[in-house]
Amino acid sequence: MNNKIIKYVITDLLRNRTILVYTLVLLALSLSIFMIEDNTDKGIASLLNIVLFVIPLVSIVFSTIYLYNSSEFIALLVSQPLKRQTIWLSLFIGLATAMSLAFLVGVGIPTLLFAPGISGITLVIDGLLLSLIFVSIAMWTSVRIRDKAKGIGLAIMLWLYFALIFDALLLFALFQFADYPIENLMIAVCMLNPIDISRILILLQIDLSAMMGYTGAIFRNFFGTHSGMIITFIIMLLWAAIPLYFSTRFFKQKDL
Amino acid sequence: MVVGISHAATIKVGKQYPVTTIQQALEKANDGDTLLVYTGHYAEGNLTIEKRIMLIGIDRPIIDGQHKHEPISIRTDDVTIKGFTIQKSGHSSMADIAAIKIYSGKNISIEDNILDDNFFGIYLQGASNCRIINNKLQAYGKAEHLVGNGIHSWKSNNIIIEDNEIIGHRDGVYLEFVTHTRVERNLSHNNLRYGLHFMFSHDNEYHYNTFRSNGAGVAVMYTQRVRMEHNIFEENWGDAAYGLLLKDITDSHILNNTFVKNTTGIYMEGSNRLQIHQNNFESNGWAIRIFSSCMNNTLEQNSFVQNTFDIATNGSSGKTTNIFTGNYWDKYEGYDLDKNGYGDVPHHPVSLFSMLIERYPTAMILFRSFMVTLFDRTEKMIPSLTPENLKDEKPLMKLPTS
Amino acid sequence: MIKIEQLSKSFGKLHVLKNIDLQLEGGECVSLIGPNGSGKTTLIKSILGMVIPSSGRILFEHKNIHGAWQYRQDIGYMPQIGEYPENMTIGQVVDMMKDIRRMPEAEMDMELYDKFELHRMLDKRMRTLSGGTRQKVSACLAFMFNPKTLILDEPTAGLDPLATEILKEKIIKEKHKNKLILITSHVLSDLDDLVTQITYMQDGQLIFHKTIEALKTDTDTDKLSKAIAQVMRTEGGLR
Repeated sequence: MNNKIIKYVITDLLRNRTILVYTLVLLALSLSIFMIEDNTDKGIASLLNIVLFVIPLVSIVFSTIYLYNSSEFIALLVSQPLKRQTIWLSLFIGLATAMSLAFLVGVGIPTLLFAPGISGITLVIDGLLLSLIFVSIAMWTSVRIRDKAKGIGLAIMLWLYFALIFDALLLFALFQFADYPIENLMIAVCMLNPIDISRILILLQIDLSAMMGYTGAIFRNFFGTHSGMIITFIIMLLWAAIPLYFSTRFFKQKDL
Repeated sequence: MVVGISHAATIKVGKQYPVTTIQQALEKANDGDTLLVYTGHYAEGNLTIEKRIMLIGIDRPIIDGQHKHEPISIRTDDVTIKGFTIQKSGHSSMADIAAIKIYSGKNISIEDNILDDNFFGIYLQGASNCRIINNKLQAYGKAEHLVGNGIHSWKSNNIIIEDNEIIGHRDGVYLEFVTHTRVERNLSHNNLRYGLHFMFSHDNEYHYNTFRSNGAGVAVMYTQRVRMEHNIFEENWGDAAYGLLLKDITDSHILNNTFVKNTTGIYMEGSNRLQIHQNNFESNGWAIRIFSSCMNNTLEQNSFVQNTFDIATNGSSGKTTNIFTGNYWDKYEGYDLDKNGYGDVPHHPVSLFSMLIERYPTAMILFRSFMVTLFDRTEKMIPSLTPENLKDEKPLMKLPTS
Repeated sequence: MIKIEQLSKSFGKLHVLKNIDLQLEGGECVSLIGPNGSGKTTLIKSILGMVIPSSGRILFEHKNIHGAWQYRQDIGYMPQIGEYPENMTIGQVVDMMKDIRRMPEAEMDMELYDKFELHRMLDKRMRTLSGGTRQKVSACLAFMFNPKTLILDEPTAGLDPLATEILKEKIIKEKHKNKLILITSHVLSDLDDLVTQITYMQDGQLIFHKTIEALKTDTDTDKLSKAIAQVMRTEGGLR
């Protein structure tokens, strides 16, 4: 892997005002949550909403806009003696590093300071993975769609889908098929949404007692075991890798 | 006989003494005698005590049932058994074999014993005025039908059960048709079914006990006038596990108990006129599930902290006769403008999602999803499905310091 | 040096390049001209590997450039509008290019860098730069690594007359080093005196590729701009 340009992409991103503001807002939110809540698990529960809602939104929208704004620069890089794959992966690594760093400083460090437990660590890992995944999805949307406005529109739609619409559909399906034993199917379906996977992983920590009940136990039997955790982790990584893979494949053939 | 009482003798049992077996000593003894059993391994099949004696172990002698016999049977009054390790009773699916079994009797004291790997531990039937104190009972049952209860009492009264530790039995303490009994400071944990299980047992008291990680928690059924105070119910996890299962309980007091990390803190069905006060519910899945068959209960000054759901109920029908007042709810979002310590708007502790879960348990997988939060918020503003009358008019603003 | 064979490119239904055949050699300064939308930029981008041809092939020093990237080591490219990450300073952009090219300092050609006095504004961020300064940066970077081929897209647009003069001198100097220089331009007068060959494109087709001398003889004029105007008129008339 050629790291000649990663350094410059990261330098550029870390000086970006949006990233700076994003970091500070996250930091302010998580600090105020931990200051107000004396119960750490309740703090984690409040932070969970931010992580599941804000992190994917900012990751996908910011990355998409950045990629569109950098299109000329990307074209310039392509005219240089560099492999296209190198350029694209460097952009991903740059964006992923910037988003992860912002999250780590804004949420990760306060969480590990105020709530250093399994639930806190799970939250931090979830947030990091979600950052990667939604940067990866942004890579895919922006490489597929030439028009900036349409591209950003698609990014927001995708976010809305993962954050909200998917769960609404799932709930609807659940009502329809309530008479059938669908718990295992539900686990499989949830794998289709990285936000849901992250949410359930936290749920198993902070709502452990409720998750010990009948249905909860089924989820727990899957997510709570070593093999379940490994499968879940691999699926999260696939969520980051697959859009990136397809976007790279497309980028190699793209006219700039 | 009369002479025997006034000339109470002491018989020493041990390798170094003329009397080497407990059986010999029992045959020699008269009412009122004290048998001192010195350290050693006594595998003598069944020992039946039919005389009013004190059987005292010195340096913890072992009485061994060799997985075949009932080590000690008591068939008289005024017996004390103290300081033994009693182990390996027989197992039977026909008879209830116990380490120590009382076949009716009164004034019997069982103290400071270790009961290890027995079918039943201490078994009382038709007993009264007995004291079961400071024993440690441990069994290694793999399934409910392969092991008996720790302390099992049937048709007895005026029993004191104190400071015992019961591990790995079917029920830790089982009481059926037992009255005027006090259960205090016992620790019952990792039993296969209930830590404490009692049925048809009126006028009893349970204080300062700890029930932890039992298969299904504690079950109290078909009973009147019970007082349960200062007990700790924790980590009773599972679909059919409860910190405290109340079924058809009336006129009872549940005060100052702590419920931590149970799947369900209290499960109430057909229970009336209970005073549930000053209990502490923390980190439970459901703090209280109260069925619509429960009436005229009062829940006051309890605190609900960090439970997934505080109150769940099956019926959304309006007329609830249960009173919630002056409790602390960490989910309360109201305000206290007049600074009287109570919130100015009532708290509705039943969330829409918890109603949903009652009907569609699988929906739990969507908990804390943004969409569900949105639903709950909407419902809070415009209640339509959650029971309107189930509310706390005077929610405490601050966690009461206990 | 560059050989283009039967090159076609279409964007959807739009045929931007139609069966282009072209051979360009070192020591020449080729001007690629044509009206807007004639396919000049697409042709340049194809050579640079930025646009993937629909059919045909491009050989750079006898090697097919398809899927290759190392050959770009030998090309210096000055884009029409140089866009760089806006938070980077000129110094960082220069460093980045040095990192990409990995050329020993001694072999680098710092002539334009010195003449444009870039070292005096190394700390300026790209977003604060005027169009002219950006062009200077682009020009420096194109020449800095002493490439065998230079591709300059509208190089003088936005440059002040002094800078234009410096650039022209540099182009002539490089031409004498037997390099190939490919320039697209609308405004020909600027470059009159250095161009040796003219390639004229229209509607995605290569109309002609001639030396200046041949062109002047054919059109019977001795001013380049007049010759071009003449060609455009006749070509327009043909259609």
